[in-house]
This record gives sequence, C-alpha cells and structure tokens, in this order.
Amino acid sequence: MRLLERFGEGTIAFLEYLGGIFSLVGESIRSLVHAQIRYAETFVQSYELGLGSLLIVLLTSLFTGMVISLESAQQAVQFGIGSLVGGAVTYTSVRELGPMLTAVVVAGRVGSAIAAEIGSMVVTEQIDALRSMGLSPVRFLVVPRLLALAFMLPLLTIFADIISIVGGMWIAQAYAHINPATFISSARQAVGFDDVVKGLVKALVFACIIAFVGCYQGLSTRGGAAGVGRATTSAVVISIILIFGTNFIMSYLLFGAH
Amino acid sequence: MDASIYARLDDVTLSFGEHVILKNCNLDIVRGAITCIVGLSGAGKSTILRLLDGLIEPSSGHVYVDGHDLCHTPERKLVDLRQKTSLAFQFAALLDSLTIGENVGLPLREHTALPDEKIRHIVDDALESVGLRHIYDSLPNELSGGMLKRAGFARAIVTRPELVLYDEPTTGLDPIVTNLITDTILRLREKLDGTAVVISHDLHSIFRMADYVAMLFEGAIIAYGPREEIRTSTNPFVQQFLTGSEVGPIPV
Repeated sequence: MRLLERFGEGTIAFLEYLGGIFSLVGESIRSLVHAQIRYAETFVQSYELGLGSLLIVLLTSLFTGMVISLESAQQAVQFGIGSLVGGAVTYTSVRELGPMLTAVVVAGRVGSAIAAEIGSMVVTEQIDALRSMGLSPVRFLVVPRLLALAFMLPLLTIFADIISIVGGMWIAQAYAHINPATFISSARQAVGFDDVVKGLVKALVFACIIAFVGCYQGLSTRGGAAGVGRATTSAVVISIILIFGTNFIMSYLLFGAH
Repeated sequence: MDASIYARLDDVTLSFGEHVILKNCNLDIVRGAITCIVGLSGAGKSTILRLLDGLIEPSSGHVYVDGHDLCHTPERKLVDLRQKTSLAFQFAALLDSLTIGENVGLPLREHTALPDEKIRHIVDDALESVGLRHIYDSLPNELSGGMLKRAGFARAIVTRPELVLYDEPTTGLDPIVTNLITDTILRLREKLDGTAVVISHDLHSIFRMADYVAMLFEGAIIAYGPREEIRTSTNPFVQQFLTGSEVGPIPV
C-alpha cells in the first residue's frame, strides 16, 4: 500500500512538473507572438550566456574531435582505410557529438546559472516584486534567456563542429600520417549540408530544453539558499537527461531513414 | 461595500496543505487612513499584504480592493488592478541587476509611454520624497538597509498608487533610521493622499503613524480599532502583546 502511495505521489509530482513546464512554454510563446520582447536584455543574455561559454565549448569539442580521430585513425590505418577517418570524425561531430556535447556543456554552465539567478530572485522576493508591479516574470526573465540560448547554442555548435574537425584532422596527420586533403575529401563525401542543418535543429531544441528547465527550476525554488542549491542541481541533471533522451529521438527521426 | 472602506478581507481562510495561516479572517482597511497590523512573528501578517496585492488567492472567502473582488480574477485583470496598489517589500526586493534609478523607474517604463526625461524627473522626485538624493546610478548592493527600504518605498509610490502596503518597514533598523522611516511613511501618505497598510513590530512607530490598529492572532483579527482604543484596550491578548509580558493568554 505504501509503495502504491509513493508511486501515486511520484506520478502526481511528475504531472505537476510537466504541467508547469508546458505552462511556461505557453506563456513564453504568447509573449513571443505578441512581440513582448526585451531586446536589450536579450542582447545582454546572448553575450553572457553564449560568448561566456565559447572557450569551454571550444576546448571540449577540440579534445573530443582529437580523441575520435586518435581511436578511429589507429584502427583505420591497420585495416588500410585511413582515408575514411575524416569522414568518421566529421560525421560523428556534425550529426551527434557537436550538438549534444555543446548542449551538455552549456546546460552545466548556463542552465545552472539561470536556475541560480532566478532562484535567488525568488527567495529575495524580486519575482514577487515584478508581479506586484504588474510585470510578467516570463516576459521579463524567461523570454530573453530563451531567445539568447536559441540564437547562441546553434552558433556555438557551428564553432564546436569546426574545432572538433580541425582537432581531428591535426591528430590524423600527426599520429596516422593522414594527409589533410584526404581528410577533408573524406569529410565532404561523408557529410552533406542537410546533416549540418539537422545538427543545428538539434541544437535549437536543446537550447529550448536548457532555457525552460533552468527557468522553471529557478521559478519553482522554495526554501532559501538550500532551495537555490537544489534548483541549480536539478536544472543541470534534468536538462542533461532530457538532452540525451531527446538526442536519441531526434537522431531516429532526422537520420533514421539513412 | 461602504465608500469609506478601501479594501476588505471577507471571511478569508488560507491554508497550504494542513497548515492553516488565516482562518475566517475579516478586516476593513479604511480609505485614506494608515492601518497597522500587529501580531506575533509568523502569524500571517505579510500574507495579508500579499492577499491585498493579489499575489496569492485565499482558499476561501473574498478580498476586495476599491470595490473589486481579487479572487478568481484572471492574471491580466489583476495586472490592471495592481496599478492601484503597491507593495513595499521587507527587504526592498530591488532587482540586483538594475541601478536604483532604473528600479524606481521600472513600473513607469513598462506601463507608460512617457519619454525618458519625464521618467527621470518623476524618479528623481520619488527619490527626493524618501530623502534619497544622488543615488540614481547606485546599485542596490551599495546601499545600507535603511536606504534600501526607502528606495523600495520610492519604487512603490512612483506610480502614485491609491493603496501602499508596507511589509515590516522598520524591522532590523536602528531607532534613528526607524524614526526616519516612520516620518517617511507619514509624509508619503500626505503626498499621495491615499491609504496605507503597515505591518510592524515596532510599537512606538505604530502608535506614531497608525490611524487604526488590527491585531492578528492564530489566523484571525482579534482586536481592531482606532489606535487610542487599542492602546487602552482591556483585551488580555492585546495587553500582553503591548507590554511584551511572558505571562498571559498568548503562549510563549
């Protein structure tokens, strides 16, 4: 009986969470449709959330491209197909690791920052103050962060793809003596423009996940400093799980037919 | 509703789960007067301000402000009604990322089409009326507690609301700043010619500024009347609260 109660409570909590997120999405869409956008704040958020993440995204992607190249070049050269390494690195980076790793890094850095900032505003009554002044916290806080991430995450993903391929090409040449021209030729054969676009579509969806989960966790913060800590941790954990799950579904839908 | 009553809590009950905060609470806020609400910490005094500002809804009962029932009112309608009401928060609740001037001018920027120069003029006037000059460009974290509270007052009055709600304006301040804050509230009432509700524990300050005093105990108003009536009340709860005695009907 107790197990059943817990299951019921868990189900209700999950449905409440889902309802809260959908309500946030709905209100954000309404703000966007009515063009209630704070452009200056969106620009500031784009700078802080996007540009601030550039270095860590570049470093992560560089080493990821290098390690894919290192592993695949060793095997490929042994089997006499070293000319295909460029394709393997580019294919993996553009379609999967570029968008996903960038999103995971940004979820860790930005999702947590969003939840912490908004959570602190909740516990210091700043959100109540906004509502008391007749201002919507969604229009004031959520929409600028959503737009900033929706714009910056695909952009960061492009940089991540490029640096990952460059890193892979460098290791392929240094470690397996694969000519850069061969590497690039293989990459161009393996990946088309539509693959790049689909990767960016993934990035756009991941941006929405990070923004909505971070903002929702922040807005539903309860219980002072400890609550802010819980909101921050939950924002990162939930975002990353959703990113991995959504990545699988989107890969199936976008690339499954190939 | 009687025209002399600006706001009313009508048989309001508010509970979160099994925790009952207000129980069949009734309170009239007289138009043009300062009503102070006193009571033990955690009695639900700040909750009454949030109900009057439409930030929360009662579990049952009704909250009327200037004749409008705030209960079951859509958020968009509440946004309009909140133009008549302002809440000065206990810790000011100014937005960290904005300067004092931007904070105070925020309601005007968002709700009016006034030009920047006009907004600047109104904000300067609001800051002046709370005794704060030359802090337009300061950030909230650069101000003392008393200055922050007064900056919060400036934001609360900048739209010239009909009802100003002050949540513990003197808590945690030294006697000199407490006097300054009390004077400011009295001066703002004169300036706005409006109604005010003040939550406070500072009896000296309360009996200086209140026209009416209400005492909240166990979720209900147990005493209400003009300040002199409350000061001389024989109600044992009121007496114990005013004298600060540990002996009496209020459990310690």
